[in-house]
Amino acid sequence: MGSPRIRLILPLAFVLPVLLTGGASALAQGPTFGIGRTPTPEEIKAIDISIGPTGEELPPGKGNAKEGAQLYRTRGCAACHGAQGIEGPAPILKSKDPKNPDLWARGRILPLRAPFATTVWDYINRGMPLNREGTLTPDEVYSLTAYLLFINDVIPEDQALDQQSLPKVKMPIGDNYAKLPDWKPRTRRLPGYPH
Amino acid sequence: MGSKPLNRRELLKSGAAVAGGLTLGAAAPAIGGQQTPNTHHAPPSWPMIKGDRESNMVAYGDRSKYVTSVRIAHPVGGRPSPDQFGLTFHIATPLQDSVGVITPSSLHYVATTRGAFMPEIDPKEHRLMIHGLVDRPLTFTMEDLKRLPSVTRLHFIECAGNRSSRNARTVQETHGMVSCAEWTGVLLSTLLKECGLKGSAKWFVAEGAEEVKGASSMPIAKAMDDCIVAYGMNGEPVRPQNGFPLRLMVPGFEGIFHTKYLRRIKIVDRYYMNYNDFGHLDQDAKVAALDYQIGPKSVITFPSGGQRLPGKGFYEISGLAWSGGGAVKLVEVSTDGGKKWSRAEFKGTPQRMAFTRFGYHWNWDGSETEILSRCTDELGQAQPTRTQIAKYWNQPYDQTFRVPGLDNSVQPWRIASDGSVTNGFA
Repeated sequence: MGSPRIRLILPLAFVLPVLLTGGASALAQGPTFGIGRTPTPEEIKAIDISIGPTGEELPPGKGNAKEGAQLYRTRGCAACHGAQGIEGPAPILKSKDPKNPDLWARGRILPLRAPFATTVWDYINRGMPLNREGTLTPDEVYSLTAYLLFINDVIPEDQALDQQSLPKVKMPIGDNYAKLPDWKPRTRRLPGYPH
Repeated sequence: MGSKPLNRRELLKSGAAVAGGLTLGAAAPAIGGQQTPNTHHAPPSWPMIKGDRESNMVAYGDRSKYVTSVRIAHPVGGRPSPDQFGLTFHIATPLQDSVGVITPSSLHYVATTRGAFMPEIDPKEHRLMIHGLVDRPLTFTMEDLKRLPSVTRLHFIECAGNRSSRNARTVQETHGMVSCAEWTGVLLSTLLKECGLKGSAKWFVAEGAEEVKGASSMPIAKAMDDCIVAYGMNGEPVRPQNGFPLRLMVPGFEGIFHTKYLRRIKIVDRYYMNYNDFGHLDQDAKVAALDYQIGPKSVITFPSGGQRLPGKGFYEISGLAWSGGGAVKLVEVSTDGGKKWSRAEFKGTPQRMAFTRFGYHWNWDGSETEILSRCTDELGQAQPTRTQIAKYWNQPYDQTFRVPGLDNSVQPWRIASDGSVTNGFA
C-alpha cells in the first residue's frame, strides 16, 4: 500500500479544479477508494504468463524440433498423447487426415489450427505436462512447440524458435476464421437473428 | 425439527455413538417412549434425527435423508467425472427436483475447460492482480475486495455443452448444465476504475489459479457493464467447485468465461487467443456469434422426462426460463404439442441474466400429448423450435440436425396416456 496521506490528498487536489472547469475525464481517472497494493514490475513479470499474438511477453530461450522430439518422450507427453501424437487418451496433436485440403476438416489440433504459434507456446507453458504444470523451462517449451509445429508440417525440422521467430511463424489457418462480433451491452447475440 | 431438548443422558449417548463411529439417526426410534401409535386415524410420529452434534446438528445442517437428489456426470455415457486422470469435467444439476430459482451450491452444475483438479486455495494467500493497459496496476487481497462496495445479484451460468439430445431421458440430462445462484462481490468496473483504463484497452484476459491456469479473452465493454468479481455464493463463500475463493461472473456469456479461482486480469489491446479462445474459433461468423451470448431459453422441469403423472386432473406445470440478453419478458406454454400457446405465470420478478420460475395451471384429461415452453427476453429475442432454427439455416430438419451455436431450442416432453413422461426428441 502506498502512502495513505498521498492517496487522500491527490484526489482532493484534482477535484476542485475539475469541478470548477466542468471537466469529467480527469476525475474519472483517479482512484476512488485507495484500496489495493501496487505490485512491483518483478511481481507482474513473475505471474504474467499470457503470451499474446505479438509474443512480447515471451521469455528468452530457444529450441528446435529435434530437441522437442526427445523431450516429447522424456517429459511424458507421449504417455498421454501417444508416440505419434494421435493414439493416446489425451487430445490428439496431429491430424489424422493431414492431406485434407480443408484445414477445418483436419480436426481441432492446436499446433495446426491455432492462428498464432504463441498460443501453442502459451498453452504448453501454462498447462503441461498434466500434474507438473509450470515445470518446463523456456528452452523446453520452445523445443516442444517447434516439434509439434514440425509434425504438422508448419515449420521445417531444423528451424529454431525463439522470442523473435516464434511470433513470426505463419500458421496454415491464416485469416480463415470468423472474428467475434463487436459486443455491446443490451444487444442481440446476432444482429438480424430473431432467436 | 422437534423442539424437545436433549437431556444429559441423551447427549452422552449421542457422544458415545460418535466416538464409536456409528451411523446415527437412520432408523433409530425416538428416545423417551413418547411415540404415538401409527394408525390411519392419527398422523405418524417420526423418529428424531440424531445427527452428529459437532457437525450437522449444530455446525452445518444436512438435508433430510429422504431428499436424495444428486448431480450426475454429463453427458450420460460420455466422459466420466472423475475421468481416467482423476479430472472433473462436466457435472449436471438435478433440475427435475428444483424449486424456485436458486440452485443449492452443492448441486450447482460444474464444468471445467479440459477437465481439472480442484485447487485447495487458502483465501488468506489468494491475490487478484490487475495489470496491463492500466494507469495503476493493483493487487487485491480478499480482505481488500470485501472492503469495496459490493453487489448481490442472481445470475445463471450455462455451459456451451447444455444441448438436449435424443439419448437424454431426464431434464437433468437434457438441460442440467445450467444453474442459478445469488452471487456477491465487487463489480469488475469498480476495480478497473481504481486501476484507470488506458485508451488502448479493448479486451481483457481473466485467468484462474488452478493447475491449468484457464484463461479467456473478453471485451472490455463487458467488464465495464456488469461483470462481478464474486466471493459470495448463496449466502456463503463461493464453493471450491465454483471457484473458491474468487470467481469472475460474466452474466449471460457462455459458462467458460466465468473464470474460477480468479487470480489475474490483464488489460490488453487485442483478442489474446488463449487456449480457451482457440477452442471457440469457428469458420462461420454467425456461429461464432451464437456461441458467445446465451440466447433465450426455457424448459419445463415438472412434469419432465422420467417422471410419471399418477392420473388425470390438475397439475401446475413448472419450469425455468433465462436469457443472456437480459430479463425474461414472456413465457408461454403449450399442452397440445405446440398448436396453442398460453402465457405462463411468473413466480417472482424476472431479473437480468437470471432464472425465472414459471407456472401454468393445467388439467390433464388423461390423453396422450406433448407439453412445451418457450420464452421471449427483454430484447425481443424469442426461443425457437428446432424446426425454426433449421429453417433459418436453410437445412432440412431431421434427427441429424444439429443446432449451430449454443442450443436454446424448445424442449418437448411427451406424455403417454399412462402418465409417463419422455423426451419428445427421442
